[in-house]
Amino acid sequence: MTKTPLQFRLNGAEKAVFTEGGQNLLDVLRREVGDFAPKYGCGQGACGVCTVLVDGEPRLSCLTLAETVQGQAVETTSGLADGPELHVLQTAFMEHFAAQCGFCTPGMLMAAKALLDTNPTPSRDDVVEAISGNICRCTGYEPIIDAILDAAHNRRRSA
Amino acid sequence: MTIAVRTFSQLNEAASAIASDRDAAFFGGGTLIMRGINEGHAHISAIVRTTDAEFRAIRTAGSNFEIGAGATMSDVLANRELSFLHEAARAVGGPAIRNMATVGGNLFARSPYGDFTAALLALDARVAAAGSSGGRETPLADLLRDRERNGHGVISHVSVPRPAGGAEMRFVKVSRVKPKGVSVITIAAYLPLSGSRVQGARIAYGAMAPTPVRVAAVEQALEGKTLDASGVAQALAVATDGTSPASDPIASEWYRREVAPVHLKRLLLGQPA
Repeated sequence: MTKTPLQFRLNGAEKAVFTEGGQNLLDVLRREVGDFAPKYGCGQGACGVCTVLVDGEPRLSCLTLAETVQGQAVETTSGLADGPELHVLQTAFMEHFAAQCGFCTPGMLMAAKALLDTNPTPSRDDVVEAISGNICRCTGYEPIIDAILDAAHNRRRSA
Repeated sequence: MTIAVRTFSQLNEAASAIASDRDAAFFGGGTLIMRGINEGHAHISAIVRTTDAEFRAIRTAGSNFEIGAGATMSDVLANRELSFLHEAARAVGGPAIRNMATVGGNLFARSPYGDFTAALLALDARVAAAGSSGGRETPLADLLRDRERNGHGVISHVSVPRPAGGAEMRFVKVSRVKPKGVSVITIAAYLPLSGSRVQGARIAYGAMAPTPVRVAAVEQALEGKTLDASGVAQALAVATDGTSPASDPIASEWYRREVAPVHLKRLLLGQPA
């Protein structure tokens, strides 16, 4: 059994784990580190529920070979809130009822964060494109799109 | 099951490692290989990858663009000179997939995937292998024809001729799921115009055969024609000649054949998809 040491930053904190050959990043986050925010959905790249940010860019953690994030910064929904202060996206999702069953929410939030971090003034089309790799079977997407646009607006106002 | 991961700083070293290990797979962005591992049908003992920056580079070489096989769809989208490929790059997944999926990997994506490759076919792209035969470019169509029985190797880059002035590049990926889904049919059309007449069109389909294919019958039927209803009529009549679409969960063979001329017509006449 080959185990490879892996070091990376998770939501700002240094992590050092051993990974098995061929193990994906989602598996490392959930089993080795204990961050259960990103979920396992399809394992194929179709659903987006495992979306995390690697060096600020959205990636599908179930299709990311764990060893490729060596020395990089990984962000998950667990790192969004600042203590009791919710992230502007989390508040907007709450206010717009953008989460029903909640399974897609961690992926939606990370896809949305990647958008707002690079484009503070997104159009509705930009938002649709940003979450085009994320499937939601409850909301019909409209509340999610509204929440992300509202979060962008609120973030600009408080900046 | 455990898989050895072998990482090389130089592409040529990775190419040698692959050449000497039949049970190893070369790893680009991971969207195909990791899916195989997750589903339990990746029968590989090792993953070979490279961190060579050259492998991801996009550069101009004379009248060609050389796109490193390790360049991602996002890398293509970030390059303004490659705007004629942007629609095809955007058709591949959502932003997360595009940050991972590589140009080289797309050449090996099984139908109904490989939309970007259909665009490369229409642009008459050539591919070069890394390692011993390094640098020699062969037509992309040859690679696709032989890809299932070809041995081991690594593509180093794809060479794409700069579109001629006055030539139009059109692309459509038809999917039943909006805004993003798997392809029912993908059509890429490179249309050089002499005055208002088509001269030397290249048309490629995705999801209409085991690999993306050129449609010679359509290309010939368009020669010297104008892009209006009567000019494209003959091309539409032979729209599915030489194709062999599959029946899969996305669409039946019958459906793909039925809708191919409809979408080809809209693309050629510049009507909305």
